[in-house]
Amino acid sequence: MKFGKIIGRVVSTQKVESFEGLKLVLVQPLNEKLEVAGDALVAVDTLQADIGQIIYYETSKEASRIIEKEMNPCDAAVMGIVDDIHLNFRP
Amino acid sequence: MRLGKVIGTVVSSTKATGYESRKILVIQPVDPKGNYIGTSFFAIDAVQAGVNDLVLTIEEGNSARQIIQDAGALTVKTVIAAIVDEIST
Repeated sequence: MKFGKIIGRVVSTQKVESFEGLKLVLVQPLNEKLEVAGDALVAVDTLQADIGQIIYYETSKEASRIIEKEMNPCDAAVMGIVDDIHLNFRP
Repeated sequence: MRLGKVIGTVVSSTKATGYESRKILVIQPVDPKGNYIGTSFFAIDAVQAGVNDLVLTIEEGNSARQIIQDAGALTVKTVIAAIVDEIST
């Protein structure tokens, strides 16, 4: 799982049937120092995460399984909201 | 499978189905000499690993479900599968 910050919402009216009723969020991937790591992406969010929250997300087939339908056009989904990260660097 | 070092723990109360009551750790990928490479990620712990352990992570759904012994956890993909004692090259 990668982790990132919710930086926005994506609103779409005309979409495939499977996406109906689902919230799409814009996620900025972060590294362990919570610095920007790579390009932002759009993920399905079933957990009602707010803008500014740190979340972790999963990609590929497992992401599409977040919705209980047989076939889903989804390649990234929010899997949880981070309350706290405790880091312990000892290289 | 990837080699990584556990660099932290994650507290998360809102989780998707399949992730409930599972420990999540922060993993920093390392090369065989232990140098940090790439961006860190989260993984579900199946072997009671702790901070500073060198571990083996798997990023594949079916393997992950077998390791956590939950065939219904369809959304789980990344798990810690082993604690590495030693690497000889």
